[in-house]
Amino acid sequence: MQTRNDAGAGATTGSREVVLRVENLCVDFSVKGRDVRILSNISFALRRGETLGIIGESGCGKSMTALALLRMVPSPPGRITAGRVVLNGEDLVQVSERRIRGIRGGEMSMIFQEPMTSLNPVYTIGNQIAETIRRHKQVDTAAAWKEAVDLLDMVHIPAPERRVREYPHQLSGGMRQRVMIAMALACEPTVLLADEPTTALDVTVQAQIFDLLKEIQDTRGTCIILITHDFGAVSEMADRVLVMYAGHKVEEGTLDEISDDARHPYTRGLLRSMPEIVDDPADVRVRLPEIPGSVPDLLRGLEGCPFAPRCPSAMSTCRELPGYSRLGDYRSVKCWLESDGGGQATR
Amino acid sequence: MTDSDHDPRPFTVEQFPEQPEIWWRETARMFCTNKAAVVGAASLVLIVLVGTFGPIILAADPFAIVGAPLREPGEGTLLGTDYLGRDVFTGIIYGVRTTLAIAITATIFAVFVGISIGAVAGFYGGKIDNALMRVTEFFQVLPPLVFAMVIVAVFSHDLWTVIIAIGITTWTTEARLTRAEFLKIKEREYVTAERAVGATDRRMMLQVILPNALPPLIIAVTLRVGISVIYEAALSFLGLTDPDVMTWGKMIGLSRDFFFEAWWTVTFPGVAILVTVLSIALIGDGLNDAFNPKLRGR
Repeated sequence: MQTRNDAGAGATTGSREVVLRVENLCVDFSVKGRDVRILSNISFALRRGETLGIIGESGCGKSMTALALLRMVPSPPGRITAGRVVLNGEDLVQVSERRIRGIRGGEMSMIFQEPMTSLNPVYTIGNQIAETIRRHKQVDTAAAWKEAVDLLDMVHIPAPERRVREYPHQLSGGMRQRVMIAMALACEPTVLLADEPTTALDVTVQAQIFDLLKEIQDTRGTCIILITHDFGAVSEMADRVLVMYAGHKVEEGTLDEISDDARHPYTRGLLRSMPEIVDDPADVRVRLPEIPGSVPDLLRGLEGCPFAPRCPSAMSTCRELPGYSRLGDYRSVKCWLESDGGGQATR
Repeated sequence: MTDSDHDPRPFTVEQFPEQPEIWWRETARMFCTNKAAVVGAASLVLIVLVGTFGPIILAADPFAIVGAPLREPGEGTLLGTDYLGRDVFTGIIYGVRTTLAIAITATIFAVFVGISIGAVAGFYGGKIDNALMRVTEFFQVLPPLVFAMVIVAVFSHDLWTVIIAIGITTWTTEARLTRAEFLKIKEREYVTAERAVGATDRRMMLQVILPNALPPLIIAVTLRVGISVIYEAALSFLGLTDPDVMTWGKMIGLSRDFFFEAWWTVTFPGVAILVTVLSIALIGDGLNDAFNPKLRGR
């Protein structure tokens, strides 16, 4: 593990203990009496203090992955059909309903995309944070409110003693996202799931939220799973990147490996379609390359590699689903192009 | 939002208010700024006081004959006498108690059943929702007044039967409304967010979704009290009520044949019903505004 080249990922990808291990996680939705697999064998590991970016187009299963980790797949119609989610040695897929409620907001919590609608409008923010604290810890109301004020202070909300008594509609979007983060961090979770935490915010606020998340990670050693469709956000935050397509993990690697040495045609397409900032305005005249086609309809059922219909390098073998080619620890690609040259294909 | 809206003093841990206090204080403040609602509330308080203490002070029998039949108001009695010479004023005062007790108890019954069924159906969806909604529809297709009449006629004419008859025939509106609100609100992100911090189903229903579903429910519940008053009056009008208690509906029903000779026998109980229902409606309107957090802090 230590022999790997982790220069690009900095200090975060050493041989630290793995706190979260997801193994072959599968989620099926039953639609019109038929089971449709919307997450296929998702596996990854997360080490203490690390940030994993999950990236992909809309509808590729990013958010579903986050919900599945907390066992919050909407049911019916969805259910986790296979796999393990091991957090601190405990398989969350198997634990009791009571235990998983303790984990939600305790060991693992989540912040959502829409800060404007993620807070309950009828309660003050102090009440919402204090409720969360009291659900997980044995403290009285006054102590929980005190803690809520401290949390708001930690996420740099000015005048927290006053803000704590305000209702969500009295706060700006950036403020609300800070409140969401404060609430998610209330019980010092091991893993923080951030589902597009900055999509609804403007760029400067976005940068502030990322700074805040990094600061919290540095001081508390929280693992962050950042779900986004924005490669800019990933390169800002993530140590490692997982690329998803149509419910499959198609490529995984460190940030540098993905951005400099993407192997999967989908990852390459994603990277190419990112606009770049150029010095000479004349260069901007080039049309931004896009990936032709759109995400496949999972309802139709997929044969072989899900990306093949849009893939510039598709070949006849793509009619069968490729296995993962391991190119190193935490580095794998699910593509036939790599299964000859690279490591041996597994499952 | 300006700073002047807030108490600028920082508060210490001892002063941290419990959440419900904030909620009710704010709601009460908003309610008091609404003149119509305050008038409605004052009027209802007066009605309740009259209902509570009136019979004690009067200490009269509403069925007692106090003078000549069909005497005009002011001729010895305040609001005149009915066709048997019973005092209309005494009847109205005694009617407050019965009317409000029946209307409020029937409403509590209807709201409790309606909200419980609607909440469970909307929250869980699927088969549970289907089953509960079929039951609701069964009650919905029966004409409520006829259904209530049948219940009272078949069982007994006592107050509890009347209460249950009104409640059981009218809870479907609350159930439908609660279900619709739950279906809508459970998709909101804060509900998912609440689940993500470990809330139980019960908490999600009662403390997360229900408070957000309240504004339309409050209107419905308030109207329900008014409608229950009217149902009660209708049942009493038809003679389907406890024969030992005086109610407004019964007064109207018994005196209806004398309306053209003695308008006061029918009009005053009718005005009592109108004032009561109107006060309740004004309160409902005021509460709706007060419960809406978006109107707060103005």
